[in-house]
Amino acid sequence: MTISYKAVVVALAVAVGLAAAGCGGGDEGAPEEVVLVTHDSFAISKPVQRAFEDETGLRLRILKTGDAGVALNRALLTAGDPEGDVFFGVDNNLLSRALGEDLFDSYSSSELDQVDPRYVLDEEHRVTPIDHGEVCLNVDKGWFRSRGLAPPETLEQLALPRYRDLLVVENPATSTPGLAFMLATIARFGDGWQDYWRRLRENGVLVVDGWEDAYTVRFSGSSGKGPRPIVVSYASSPPAEVIFAGKPLDEAPTAVVESTCFRQVELAGVLRGAANEDGARQLIDFMLSPAFQQDVPTSMFVFPVREGVELPPAFERWAVVPDAPLELPPEEIGENRERWIREWTDVVLR
Amino acid sequence: MDGRRAALIAAAALPAAFVALFFAYPLAAILERGLTEDGGFELPWDVLGAHSTLELLWFTTWQAAASTLATLAFGLPLAWVVSRFSFPGRSLVRALVLVPFVLPTVVVATAFLAVLPAGSERGLLPILAAHVFFNTAVVVRIVSSYWSRLDPRLWHAAASLGAGPARRLREVTLPVLAPPLTAAAALTFLFCFTSFGVILILGGPGRATLETEIYNQAARAFDLRAAAALSLLQLAAVALVLVVSAATERRLGGAVPLAPEQDALRRPRGAERVAVAGVLGVSALLLGLPLAALVDRSLDGPRGYGLGFYRALGDETASLLVPPWHAVLNSVLFACAATAVALAVGGLAAAAIATRGAPWLDALVMLPLGASAVMLGFGFVIAFDDPPLDLRGSAWLVPVVQALVAAPFVVRIVAPSLRSIDEALREAAAVLGASPARVWREVDLPLVLRAVGVAAGFAFAISLGEFGATVFVARADWPTVPVAIFSFLGRPGAVNAGQAAALSVVLMALTTVVVLAADRVTVRRGSL
Repeated sequence: MTISYKAVVVALAVAVGLAAAGCGGGDEGAPEEVVLVTHDSFAISKPVQRAFEDETGLRLRILKTGDAGVALNRALLTAGDPEGDVFFGVDNNLLSRALGEDLFDSYSSSELDQVDPRYVLDEEHRVTPIDHGEVCLNVDKGWFRSRGLAPPETLEQLALPRYRDLLVVENPATSTPGLAFMLATIARFGDGWQDYWRRLRENGVLVVDGWEDAYTVRFSGSSGKGPRPIVVSYASSPPAEVIFAGKPLDEAPTAVVESTCFRQVELAGVLRGAANEDGARQLIDFMLSPAFQQDVPTSMFVFPVREGVELPPAFERWAVVPDAPLELPPEEIGENRERWIREWTDVVLR
Repeated sequence: MDGRRAALIAAAALPAAFVALFFAYPLAAILERGLTEDGGFELPWDVLGAHSTLELLWFTTWQAAASTLATLAFGLPLAWVVSRFSFPGRSLVRALVLVPFVLPTVVVATAFLAVLPAGSERGLLPILAAHVFFNTAVVVRIVSSYWSRLDPRLWHAAASLGAGPARRLREVTLPVLAPPLTAAAALTFLFCFTSFGVILILGGPGRATLETEIYNQAARAFDLRAAAALSLLQLAAVALVLVVSAATERRLGGAVPLAPEQDALRRPRGAERVAVAGVLGVSALLLGLPLAALVDRSLDGPRGYGLGFYRALGDETASLLVPPWHAVLNSVLFACAATAVALAVGGLAAAAIATRGAPWLDALVMLPLGASAVMLGFGFVIAFDDPPLDLRGSAWLVPVVQALVAAPFVVRIVAPSLRSIDEALREAAAVLGASPARVWREVDLPLVLRAVGVAAGFAFAISLGEFGATVFVARADWPTVPVAIFSFLGRPGAVNAGQAAALSVVLMALTTVVVLAADRVTVRRGSL
């Protein structure tokens, strides 16, 4: 790794002088590689990556191609002539789009019998579940404590006057957690969901474009120390606040409102037309192995789908894995997603 | 003159080929994919004529126009101060105005939210303020690179003929400064016209521009047809602006008397001192406060003030595949390469444009400023997938896309300077037997070196801070600093936010140092 890094540094330095645009360098003689195409939030610890490379003799190249939406659309644009071998990062909310475009080849991993069947979303195994993460309301415990106010416990309570101007959510048209939260309200209220959002609007809900803005800027419980103490984030955000506090904490500064959680399952698949199909299958097997599954909480703040995998202590202590999160069938989401987003926009933003 | 003509055609060929290959070709590929229906290629009149599209176009245009006026109003007094007066810290001020330019919008927007009064953090006013913050550098640096070299005898002559300050401003300063003013205004307008992060974060979800809507359609709804239609509209609008501004610049441009910079500068006297101090103070407030907030955040660690977040940049992290300091090195290398490419492409184009007009070349080189980054990124993916142009996943694409964004600046900065050279100088040199190459080397180059330095500073800063297009071609094992900042911002926890702030401050420091150095070299060498 360091050698090739230095080599390319030197090569680039030469290029500075030449000021010419050439073609990419060749990788002759390098070990066979398998390319994982994924979104910007993908992360893996170095030892786990090395374990895969040692076990299989393959070099793992990770190609991050944009945020979750961009990465999927880019994969769809190149369906059949893919940029890599495996795509990871399509979730249940966008699954119908990926399956409709014939993006993946079927592969049924032998590791799947270790996976809780409720995460297996495609019977043809074109996609394999890798992790799940719940989108939930997070509250700033200190903010509520200092005002002697109880944090909300249900979606309904958010419309109460005492929670006026306290909530910040992401726009479902532009943000994955925003979409999940809108789907949570649809799962909870059915046909009444638009009325619910009308009441939220009257109660001063703030809509922002993305999670970064909502969580790190507007939310009072994060480092940004914004003005709003209730935010749409993840079930894993409280343990992340503890792990990345930079100092030991006795208590997580934030908490999850369990009844508001909506399940997201992230899936991977062998890309149709993959150059290294065999390597792709080995990579999917590896992503379900205990080594990778144990790594996902601390590297990506999501939960393993494999049964019997131990969680890190901060997750055991501060994360919430709701037993019965709100859910909608992927097909129903696929059929209605765009219409719901349009209706949401009309109700909340117009 | 035939040798010169051939040289000019050769000079025009390289930039034209570069932009055609790396911009026009991939963009055409994705537009064709988006607009080809079962029955073949069809213009999307239904999307273009829709009421919502007209609304988008209207908001995009007027917010850009308002932002440009605000930037000129704020930037021109500062340009005046650094162009006419010498004072301690003058070169630092000139370098510092460029710092906002390299910072990722989400970082700046965060810093803005920290200093804006509660309740006013969204809407039109914050958009204007942020656009002024980003683009002041364009006005100050482009105008002052010209203004500071104007022979002061121009004003002395006007004054001795009885013209008062107002009349001198109206009849001497403004006409002489018209070309760089036009260039700066056009660039600012284009930047605001295609603004993305500022609109999303500070505008709020109800406000959309063409650029944000293209992203929305291409990246979220995956309605490639709508995205392609809106991209065409945006390109057409940008092309119109380019044609008008280039024509204006050409009409107003001409030879002006230049003098070495140190001759043109003097210490402020009497009431001028108050004005200079006032302008500097107000500028420091708007430009400096958000930056100070960032520095503060980068130092304010969980265990108290210190360099903890900076030290952590050396450690491996799960957010990136490499330790964060690699990103700093990558950014510098890519930015150097991109600057070299942009200077070559933009400089040659400027030479052809200044001497021959070459309006088509002008428009072609400038047009990448008007393209949506996401569409260009998608275009790269489908256009460069076969040998000999199998460039997908090549690290080379990073400096290439950065140069595409930077080259327009080089053109707009260097071309007016080239035009300001008195043709009689070149003819005199030619009469004395100098070859075209020698005329270029010994007449043109020294006189435009200052402009080239300013252009190089811009190109470097743009490449360093470029995110929208870079993120599409950057390799995960070769992140740039803005890409790394986004990785950190995408994760919860104080340490991640702190490292994002620390990397932002590193970007600021890098920009300042490099621009100071570029200024120093070109001011010395250029004034002969």
